[in-house]
Amino acid sequence: MLSKKAKHNFAKTFALVLLILGAIYAGAPIIWMFLCSFKPNTEIFAYPPTFISKTFSLTAYKKILTDSVKVRFFLNSYFVSTAVTLLTLIVSIFAAYSFSRFEFKMKKTLNMIIISVQAVPPITLLIPYFGLIVTLKLYNTYWALILTYMVFTLPYAILMMTGYFNTLPRELDEAVMIDGGSRSVALWRVLFPISIPGIISVGMYTFMQAWNEYLFALTLTKTVNMRTVPIGIQQLMGQHSYEWNEMMAMSILGCMPVLILFLFFQRYFIGGMTAGSVKS
Amino acid sequence: MNTFKKKAAPYLYLSPTIILMIVLMLIPIVMVISYSVMNNVIMNKNPIYIGLGNYKTILTDEVFHTTIYNTLFFTVGSVVMHMVIGLLFAMLLNSRLFSTATKSFFRVIYILPWVFTAAIIAILWRLLLNPNGIINYFLTQAGIIHTKVEWLGSRDTALYALTFINIWSGYPFYMISLLAGLQGISQDLYEAAEVDGANAYHQFISITIPQLKPIILSMAMLDCIWTMQQFPLVWMTTGGGPIHATEMLSTYTYKLAFSKYEFSLASASAVIILIFSMVLASVYVRRQKASV
Repeated sequence: MLSKKAKHNFAKTFALVLLILGAIYAGAPIIWMFLCSFKPNTEIFAYPPTFISKTFSLTAYKKILTDSVKVRFFLNSYFVSTAVTLLTLIVSIFAAYSFSRFEFKMKKTLNMIIISVQAVPPITLLIPYFGLIVTLKLYNTYWALILTYMVFTLPYAILMMTGYFNTLPRELDEAVMIDGGSRSVALWRVLFPISIPGIISVGMYTFMQAWNEYLFALTLTKTVNMRTVPIGIQQLMGQHSYEWNEMMAMSILGCMPVLILFLFFQRYFIGGMTAGSVKS
Repeated sequence: MNTFKKKAAPYLYLSPTIILMIVLMLIPIVMVISYSVMNNVIMNKNPIYIGLGNYKTILTDEVFHTTIYNTLFFTVGSVVMHMVIGLLFAMLLNSRLFSTATKSFFRVIYILPWVFTAAIIAILWRLLLNPNGIINYFLTQAGIIHTKVEWLGSRDTALYALTFINIWSGYPFYMISLLAGLQGISQDLYEAAEVDGANAYHQFISITIPQLKPIILSMAMLDCIWTMQQFPLVWMTTGGGPIHATEMLSTYTYKLAFSKYEFSLASASAVIILIFSMVLASVYVRRQKASV
């Protein structure tokens, strides 16, 4: 029989091995991407592989950041994602206020529609969107992306915001109205400030969804000056030969906004992910 | 007047949402359904009603059958492995064997794949799985393979490779939700079980799994819906090839519309995907309602 302590040590060692293997599985591909972004393109498939490049250089990054076409991809992505985030937040705060603070006939039905809408496949909407966006003369504009993205960011944002408002006692805003304040005072002066943590997590999640969107950006824009980062990365693959180091550098730059948001606001991110998916 | 105002208020706050949903959700769905029963819309100026002909063409297309098989394999494989890896990692991160600092450090690493967008994941794995890439190098060194394998370029391996990539990129979402679930299980349950002499395996089967069951089922439904619709990752790694070996419902539909310009056939296929999704979603919504 093993003593209790030996058993504990064995369990701990075993768990530690698993923990490290897991970290290799999750992290090694990303470290490789990072390392490759500093290599010259000829060294990417060197045999045997080089881990720390002998000719460490930032050339790939320089090339991307000095290329006005590629910088434009980033500007487009920042602009579209920020606009989607702000609009989604405003619309979802109004909707959540309604769901959380009123009782009305259609409440259950509307709420259920919003939950189910999340399951509608983007590819199903793509074909009519193509026709609709062309008819509305929005093809190849920012608005085409902003409006279509909102259809997918909004339901989740509404459910999360409603959940957040529901945790705040009704007495708070009712007190304002008894004192003669209007509903908009109750919403924007009282509920809004104390909901900031919830708004941050909804906002970040929305920003990330918009930043990562691919299908609509691919189909509803056409010229290179309207393209976003995910499309830009893909286009690097087609042009000239494969510039792997540049693609890796662009990938690193492309994930930076989300990565930075994530590292600084981890708690909000995790709160948001679990709140929306599990309980609604 | 006042009662009207009171009654109208909730709808007023919801009006931007309702307008958006009508214009960009309801109308497009009606449009795609009507497209699907006409002969070639968009390309043809005066399309005529042809009934369910497009559905018949799609449902008897052999490529569509391959597509169904691929999508099913891809979805079931991904969902099951997401769950297994997600649960394993969540349990490691919830273990009392490690310090809080160790756990927060590893939590960040474990979440990393989720931070990357599909375009980046696609490019990264094309680099890793390249015949001259690092994965083939390690596998050759270890003696597991003897010739360089074209993981994404060969009909025999492409679907597996693609599923593998999707597993890697999707498990963190489960892990985080399951971790929250694990942290919510009362420690008393485990202590009581320990007093009764239950070992770790028994505790896992009779406490952990039943307690997590609602989360696991909800996540699995959501994941099925999302994975079934996955487009960017497939499009940018294999594009559905080689020779339809990784053709999914989404890539099949996209190609019909935007490479072959068969918008009516594509609409019929898109409606079929919508029906699949709605069936899964209705199960999900019912579950959500039951748990509230």
